[in-house]
Amino acid sequence: MELTFYIASAIAVLSTIMVITRYNMVHALIYLIISFLAIAIVLFVLGAPFIAALEVIIYAGAIVVLIIFVIMMLNLRDETVEQERSWLTKDIFIFPAILSAILLAEVIYIISLGEHTMLDQPSIDSSAVGMSLYGPYVIGVELCGILLMSGIVGAYHLGRQKKKIVHRFLEHAEQ
Amino acid sequence: MKAIPVEAGLILAGVLFMLGLISVLIRRNIIFMLISVEIMLNAAGLAFIVAGARWGQPDGQVMFIFILTMAAAEVSVGLALILQLYHQLQTLDGDAANKMKG
Repeated sequence: MELTFYIASAIAVLSTIMVITRYNMVHALIYLIISFLAIAIVLFVLGAPFIAALEVIIYAGAIVVLIIFVIMMLNLRDETVEQERSWLTKDIFIFPAILSAILLAEVIYIISLGEHTMLDQPSIDSSAVGMSLYGPYVIGVELCGILLMSGIVGAYHLGRQKKKIVHRFLEHAEQ
Repeated sequence: MKAIPVEAGLILAGVLFMLGLISVLIRRNIIFMLISVEIMLNAAGLAFIVAGARWGQPDGQVMFIFILTMAAAEVSVGLALILQLYHQLQTLDGDAANKMKG
């Protein structure tokens, strides 16, 4: 079981590295799906089977498909790959990578200082999550509902195209 | 049956978060920046799951569901903004948005 965890972690990290170094947007999204599936395996091994299913359905399903639809709507051509290649050069990469690696090394050092415990609790099924979600966290569920509704309204308002006025008198009046 | 140290899960979340952070810092393409934010949110949720599995409580999974909802709302509004930006400016350059002039 722990071997599964380490293999899936390695796949997740490698495919995420591939995501952040690709020039073609669609290739990056395919690697992102692989990364999400590997993280779903990690979540399953950690004892969260319901969350693993949600990861596959919502992250690898809905969100990635949404981004793919937008890429299709934008109708990007081959020049965007060349443009990305000119934007993402090696010397841009190095300095942020070094700074982030230093921060990560500090985080790993702090984590390794703590007590060494094993994850040996039994896995938590979806009914326990549901009882907790609609018990003490019900106000969070309601806030999530409000957030989703405002997200729908905001996406509709922002994504709407300006309607063109076809009547010539109104066009004169607009100008 | 499971003998995974807590540190391994937390370090995996940290590495994934760092990769997303590097990608936000180096990219100019605005869609790639949105993808990187998704990677970072996912890593934060993974840390919550590890913490929930440490004590065997469902609270970490509840927090992951909230993060998931927030990520879905964020990506829909962000993609609508990207569509508007592309129609106004004909480019995906994140730096071009400062030339909007109201």
